[in-house]
Amino acid sequence: MNILATSQDNNIQTKHTTCAYCGVGCGIEATINETERTLSVKGSDKHPANFGRLCSKGSALDQTVSLNGRLLEPKINNQVVSWDQALDKVANGFNDIIKQHGPDAVAFYVSGQLLTEDYYVANKLMKGYIGSGNIDTNSRLCMSSSVVGHKRAFGTDTVPGCYYDFEQAELITLVGSNTAWCHPVLFQRIKKYKEANPNVKVVVIDPRRTQTCDIADLHLPLNLGTDTWLFNGLLNSINQQNKIDSDYVQQHCDGLENAMSSAQQSAGNIKHLADTLGINEDDLKQFYSWFCDTEKSVTLYSQGVNQSSSGTDKVNSIINCHLATGRIGKPGMGPFSMTGQPNAMGGREVGGLANTLAAHMDFNDDNIQRVKTFWQAPNMATQNGLMAVDMFDAIDEGKIKAVWIMATNPVVSLPNADKVKRALEKCELVVVSDCVDQTDTGDLAHVKLPATGWSEKDGTITNSERRISRQRGLFPPACNAMHDWQIICDVAKRMGFSQGFNYQTQADIFREHADLSGFQNSENPHDKLRDFDISGLANISNDEYENLEAIQWPVNKEYPNGQARFFADGQFFTPNRKAKLLAIEPKLPKNLPSNDYPLRLNTGRIRDQWHTMTRTALAPQLNQHISQPFVEVHPKDAKVRGLSNGQLVKVHSKWGQMMAPVSINENSKVGDIFVPMHWTAQLSRTGRINPVVNPEVDAFSKQPESKHTPVQVTPFTANWFGFVLSRNPIEWPNCDYIVSAQGVLHNRIELAHGQALQNPSNDMLAWLGFKDKSSLQNQSLELLSFEDEALGLYRIALINTEGELQALAMIAPDMHLPERTWLASQFAKASLDDRARSALLSGYAPAGEDIGRIVCACFSVGEKTIEAAAKGGCSTPAMIGSKLKAGTNCGSCVPEIKGIIARC
Amino acid sequence: MTAKLVIIGNGMAGAKLLEELNSAEHHYDITVFGNEPYGNYNRIMLSPLLAGEKTLNDIMIFDHSWYQANGITLHAGSEKAIVEIDRIHKQVITQDGEKTPYDRLVIATGSNPFMLPVDGIDLDGVMSFRDIRDVENMISVASQHKKAVVIGAGLLGLEAAMGLCGRGMDVTVVHNNDIPLNRQLDQEAGKLLKQALETRGLHFKMNAKTQSIVGNKQVEKVCFMDGSELEADLVVMAIGIRPNIQLAQDCGLYCQKGIVVSDTLQTYDPSIYSLGECIEHRGDTFGLVAPLYDQAKVLANHLSEHGVAQFQTLPTATKLKVTGIHLFSVGNFLGTPNSECIYYRHTQQGIYKKIVIENNKIIGVVLYGDTQEGPFYHELLEAQTDIQAIRPYLMFGKALCQAQMEKAA
Repeated sequence: MNILATSQDNNIQTKHTTCAYCGVGCGIEATINETERTLSVKGSDKHPANFGRLCSKGSALDQTVSLNGRLLEPKINNQVVSWDQALDKVANGFNDIIKQHGPDAVAFYVSGQLLTEDYYVANKLMKGYIGSGNIDTNSRLCMSSSVVGHKRAFGTDTVPGCYYDFEQAELITLVGSNTAWCHPVLFQRIKKYKEANPNVKVVVIDPRRTQTCDIADLHLPLNLGTDTWLFNGLLNSINQQNKIDSDYVQQHCDGLENAMSSAQQSAGNIKHLADTLGINEDDLKQFYSWFCDTEKSVTLYSQGVNQSSSGTDKVNSIINCHLATGRIGKPGMGPFSMTGQPNAMGGREVGGLANTLAAHMDFNDDNIQRVKTFWQAPNMATQNGLMAVDMFDAIDEGKIKAVWIMATNPVVSLPNADKVKRALEKCELVVVSDCVDQTDTGDLAHVKLPATGWSEKDGTITNSERRISRQRGLFPPACNAMHDWQIICDVAKRMGFSQGFNYQTQADIFREHADLSGFQNSENPHDKLRDFDISGLANISNDEYENLEAIQWPVNKEYPNGQARFFADGQFFTPNRKAKLLAIEPKLPKNLPSNDYPLRLNTGRIRDQWHTMTRTALAPQLNQHISQPFVEVHPKDAKVRGLSNGQLVKVHSKWGQMMAPVSINENSKVGDIFVPMHWTAQLSRTGRINPVVNPEVDAFSKQPESKHTPVQVTPFTANWFGFVLSRNPIEWPNCDYIVSAQGVLHNRIELAHGQALQNPSNDMLAWLGFKDKSSLQNQSLELLSFEDEALGLYRIALINTEGELQALAMIAPDMHLPERTWLASQFAKASLDDRARSALLSGYAPAGEDIGRIVCACFSVGEKTIEAAAKGGCSTPAMIGSKLKAGTNCGSCVPEIKGIIARC
Repeated sequence: MTAKLVIIGNGMAGAKLLEELNSAEHHYDITVFGNEPYGNYNRIMLSPLLAGEKTLNDIMIFDHSWYQANGITLHAGSEKAIVEIDRIHKQVITQDGEKTPYDRLVIATGSNPFMLPVDGIDLDGVMSFRDIRDVENMISVASQHKKAVVIGAGLLGLEAAMGLCGRGMDVTVVHNNDIPLNRQLDQEAGKLLKQALETRGLHFKMNAKTQSIVGNKQVEKVCFMDGSELEADLVVMAIGIRPNIQLAQDCGLYCQKGIVVSDTLQTYDPSIYSLGECIEHRGDTFGLVAPLYDQAKVLANHLSEHGVAQFQTLPTATKLKVTGIHLFSVGNFLGTPNSECIYYRHTQQGIYKKIVIENNKIIGVVLYGDTQEGPFYHELLEAQTDIQAIRPYLMFGKALCQAQMEKAA
């Protein structure tokens, strides 16, 4: 592969890298203009994760590399300082606290967005040099239940299969995964495969009807948290239908009997079972019979399984079924944990979780000694550290006095998030490394360290199918930013660890990491201790590292070119080399609905945003599809609460509250609500959902139960609703509800407030930064205004001397405000013509210009354009695609396009 | 035998009646008396004529040959002015003594300009703005003199003022209110108009009360109650009109402010009809052309014995005929205690719009600067359309309202 092609123009280069977002780990071909610091991206044709595809988020990476909002200088208490001052402050601060209170009084909270090399040195510093296990990661929130589930079943944290299995299976079961929105490229692969092979069945198991159901032959909307009953029932069914692979089980598995008996006990009666699951009995039987009858069966599971107080049991209840049928590690078969982050897997490999040590080794005496030897570690940690929720509880209790948070935003993402905020507010030393200056977490930092971000970071990541790929630096680090590994090593050295952190390049770290994976890890498959072994890469040269092609681990003597699958041979990494089926006793979520909190809150992602939006929200085209947080409520639950679609509601639990517009539809079941987890205090006043989420965790994995919290939903009576579109950033007005979103050449702010405005027209001017009309004249701005006092409609617009739209603001007594799409598009116009000017305050384009809400983010195709094409005879998404291009890139809007065609 | 129809007055109303009769089937032998020497010309185009934007030819509607071609007898000129209506013998008598019998008579004598009851209105250079002769006089004065004062900032006054201004005179408009066109505009639109006209070189003396007009044969100045005065070579009086009811009164027809007519435009003498600025219908008198046209239609309908139409006074929209100035006003634009207003302002571009709504119906509109949607609002006002459903879009015009209604349907 031509990794680095230089065109005739020295400025323009093409480099291959990987995406910044989800766990699919797509390859990207980036064409870079280094001087202008701009780039364009497309999917790498040859990368085995995506073969040229990219989703809407990946396609918009080019919009995220500007330096706006970047943290570019070290800061102490928000004052710019030198690197020396900042690093000394961190090193001395940690040392002082360790000296006074011991190593367990400090902690690192890191991230699946760190590269493996960053992760490796962070883990090494904490566990080998500081001497505490207190390094945990946001992957705790993502797939730690899968880690424990894997380890309980296989002895190691091993993903047995690969993406190719989805294109060989005959039954694909997607559990707790809105693959269409969260892992769009994998979804597109499955979809294409299914279209070419109509006999392939897809089953979606999700309490919500998501866009993923678009390709489902069967959707089982089971009750929240009841997955273990479902898969125990499946195990029963497998047994009843004599589908147990006795040979395989006998030779390679333990625990079938106990597992069977638990399954029988909890899910023996199919009628009761269907009731427990809240689904149709026939549908349930259908799924069971398909599974039993389909040898080539893949079960993908994701956060819907993991984020639960019984997440680990859920994982094992799924793995049980695959072990019992011997459908594991063979083409088209296996359980498959889909990770949420680009390098969650890399973090697991280095051991960057508080309950692992390093290189897929847990804390036991042998491992501790082994790693100590390898690292020449002066202060080896000897036991698990505190895991995410416990870690922040310990900060809250003052037991941990210094925390270094890298590349993650726990004030937004952890459950009971307001407690996390309070904990950090009183913590003695909070260090935050990030590429973004202002984040909800960074706002609480004493020391902010400017880290490189995607497009500058340079190292490796591992995707969900164990594939290690290079993420390459496309630009040099911006201003004073440094790579995380460099920052960590610098701090380590200043803490006095002169040995162990003297790496010249990230390749040095990678080689050491690869070396450790093979260290005292037998080459003999029959007594091999650890699955993770990339010793075959331990001696690669800097050039080879630079040009490393995507490869699936293990990479060792036995498999020098990597290995697609594990366990077909039945060799597991338990002491007796046998896999273990676990007896699963189903448990309901920890906190159950009550009179005060009768609804169940489910949280998750939306299509075009990622995590806490620090990066995706920079890309205007990603803010178009869904631009505000929302609370999805079933019509029946809405009716009893007197809610109408779009009105503001408060969601409250015992732990906290949030507020967003309600979206009434039948996607969620009666009694369930859904709220996206993305919005932060930087982008919204009330949109953070995690303050509401209960801090319950899985007993084994300590993964939070983010998919289930008892809540109540109550209407919020707004006196008025409004929005501002402004070319220049404006300060937020004092309103009960605010959400802001970056658009093309403008910022958009949605507003609502409980109290009436004293003088709406003047107040709106004040929002835009003008005391009164005369201050407009000073800047030669033209004011357009519309008011219908009796209806409570007020609208203003400002036009600058160039004739460009400068800003506009509109308010109304209800949420029926003009759509923003056409208005927003006016900011890109060089000079507004009379037609546009006179239409401006109507909110509607002069006939024919309004494209409606953006459906296809990749090509910015609006709902109205698609409607018109559908009415004009385009009767399939393909016809829409060939006419408008909509849906032809990432394809994640195709279900919506279908919906539009259906209703036209 | 063909019935004889006599029309007194060859102005806008009379001529429109002829046109309407022509397109209906009628059996009349028609005779028209006009006291101006011309055929029929478009009086509302006197302003462009004064401004030099139009020529006399341009504003002619029917010249003498048209009357001939249509078999209508036209007696034009001051000697053919009717001086008496003899109802007993059903005949009219001209200045020069000619008697013409009628079976049906139409009085379309129009109005006279109202002159202030102050000293000096008889001086040379003090005139009204009513007909072609006035325009000719003004043009002639403008070519020799500099200073003009126009009393009255109504439609006619402003048009006269702008015409004189365009002909190089230094014109001050004197008005008894603080905004021009206060019968058509609210304060905000009035101020915009005043500004726009000032930009074009007009001067205003607002809230002024004229005390006297002073001169020695030829006008020299206008004096005001507050003691101030304005030099003037020309004074144009444009403070309103009075129905010309002299003939009707003399022959004993029932008149109040105007000649009182029924909904079929019949006077108290069944043989005599009347229309135009000389009439009073249900208490209203008229000064704009639109209702005159409606009256002509109704009257033609009755004279041609179709007999179904009834005249109804509807709110009339006004426009100012000054190039580049767009304003539109209709109905009760000041509103009532129960009415609600919708405003649109783009002050820097000189755009102001106001729609007054009561009980979900438009009762008045003022548009300044952008009058494109005026006819739409006028239509809704006349039809008393319930606008509740389109209210949020109303200000932005017909196309958007229609699109939204279609969408809702």
